[in-house]
Amino acid sequence: MKLFFQKAVHDIRTNRFLNAVTIITMALSVLIVSAFTLFIVNAGDMMRYWEKGVQLMAYLEPDIQASVYLEIKDELQSIPGVAKARFISRMEALNQLKTQMKRQSSILNGLDKNPLPDAFEIHMATAARNLEQMEALANRIESVEGVTEVEYGQQWLGRFLDIFNLLRLAGYAIGGIFFMAAVFIVANTIRLMLYSRQEEIEIMRLVGATDGFIKAPFYIEGLIQGACGGIIGVAVLFLAYFLVVSSIQQDFSSNLLTIRFLSPGTFLSIILCSMFVGWLGCCLSLKQFLKV
Amino acid sequence: MTEKKRKTAIIRIFHVHKLYGAKKALTDITLDVLKNDFLFINGPSGAGKTTLLKLLYRGEPVSEGQILIDGLNLSRISRKRIPYLRREFGIIFQDYKLIPTKTIFENIAIVLEAKGKKRRFIEKKVNSLLRTVGLSDRMDAFPPSLSGGEQQRIAVARAVAGDPKIILADEPTGSLDDESAGIIINLLKQFHTRGATIIVATHDRQLIRETGGRVIHLTRGQLHSVTFQQTEKL
Repeated sequence: MKLFFQKAVHDIRTNRFLNAVTIITMALSVLIVSAFTLFIVNAGDMMRYWEKGVQLMAYLEPDIQASVYLEIKDELQSIPGVAKARFISRMEALNQLKTQMKRQSSILNGLDKNPLPDAFEIHMATAARNLEQMEALANRIESVEGVTEVEYGQQWLGRFLDIFNLLRLAGYAIGGIFFMAAVFIVANTIRLMLYSRQEEIEIMRLVGATDGFIKAPFYIEGLIQGACGGIIGVAVLFLAYFLVVSSIQQDFSSNLLTIRFLSPGTFLSIILCSMFVGWLGCCLSLKQFLKV
Repeated sequence: MTEKKRKTAIIRIFHVHKLYGAKKALTDITLDVLKNDFLFINGPSGAGKTTLLKLLYRGEPVSEGQILIDGLNLSRISRKRIPYLRREFGIIFQDYKLIPTKTIFENIAIVLEAKGKKRRFIEKKVNSLLRTVGLSDRMDAFPPSLSGGEQQRIAVARAVAGDPKIILADEPTGSLDDESAGIIINLLKQFHTRGATIIVATHDRQLIRETGGRVIHLTRGQLHSVTFQQTEKL
């Protein structure tokens, strides 16, 4: 093993330029793919954060008796997925609106009648915090007697989810394309090295070297290329994360936008994946080259 | 060596034919090579000498017939077993076939590395071989910096590094001056006395006369005759 490793390192040193080009290309591929991963991880975090804050508003019929509120509340709280239901009277809602509108609240003073309905603010159980379950829950709440309408910002949440899913899909597609590109680049590098060492390989075969003995240094070379490309790619992303993303985070000083870097597990997976790419590239070339 | 041992065939060739497309390279060759034989394959260029050697180390498959190497039938050998078969041979080529990017030491060591030998053993063995071929001082040099004769001595050292049973030499002195050719033949004789079977393909009749041994004559791919040449001291 030590001998193969030494041979691989020697080969990398001998073919510095070719190896450098391969490692840089792999690093770029890893950079792009891991940037997407970083985006998806953080967008997912953001989605979960927003889903956590999402509440349902169940508006009640205008002429409903005050005594019925408690019954509605009990019924709402008995629905699976509902964690808490808080009654907001029409007066309280108007006052909240006035507070939110601040200076413009004088417009509301001209009203001879409070136009807002009584409502229940419904907090959802953690398990039910996704769009499909929210929709089902909203339909169930809407069927409760006395409830006229349920609102939970379904349109914007749905749209955001669509965009998020689209980006995730694009991420997978780009990841796949770069994966294949990296495999072919490594395969090509190894093939060029094999051609340049065709005579040497032929001599090795004549002196009784097995295919495994000939292949091993190339596989190690592919793995080293993959590891180097992976580490460089993620390191550049880490740098970019600090230089660019952390400054964005300062601008959005609220805790709404907390961008985190890839976890050590993801970091390791990316490097392992990059090494796999190197190995696969080697495998393709060697299989073709040593077939004869 | 006892008479009984000498008579054991290490290579048996039965009705071997070799075709390249429609062209016949070898036709109906039947031959036994005895253990510790010093055999010459003689014939003009294109007679099939190199082809016959290639068939022995499974550089090419036979088109028809059977070859047995120390009891192993080459027609039944799997692709995976070919490297192990080749370790039974030490091969010397007219164009030396040394790896130009590796040092002399590395060129010889590769045979032992392929066999999975330990570093210490390899160093000891290669140093000893370099002493035998008289090139100990050139172990860190690269082949292109050596003369043809020196390169061929390295090729001989590489051929015997794995202690093969059979040494195949394809025109080993073809591109050498008389002095270098003499050194190569003496080296081959040395390894012959140590028990190796030597097969030399050559068109050089003078070399055969000087060396002596069994000679098979090939003409246009056919075995013409088998003779024995006594050494002629010049």
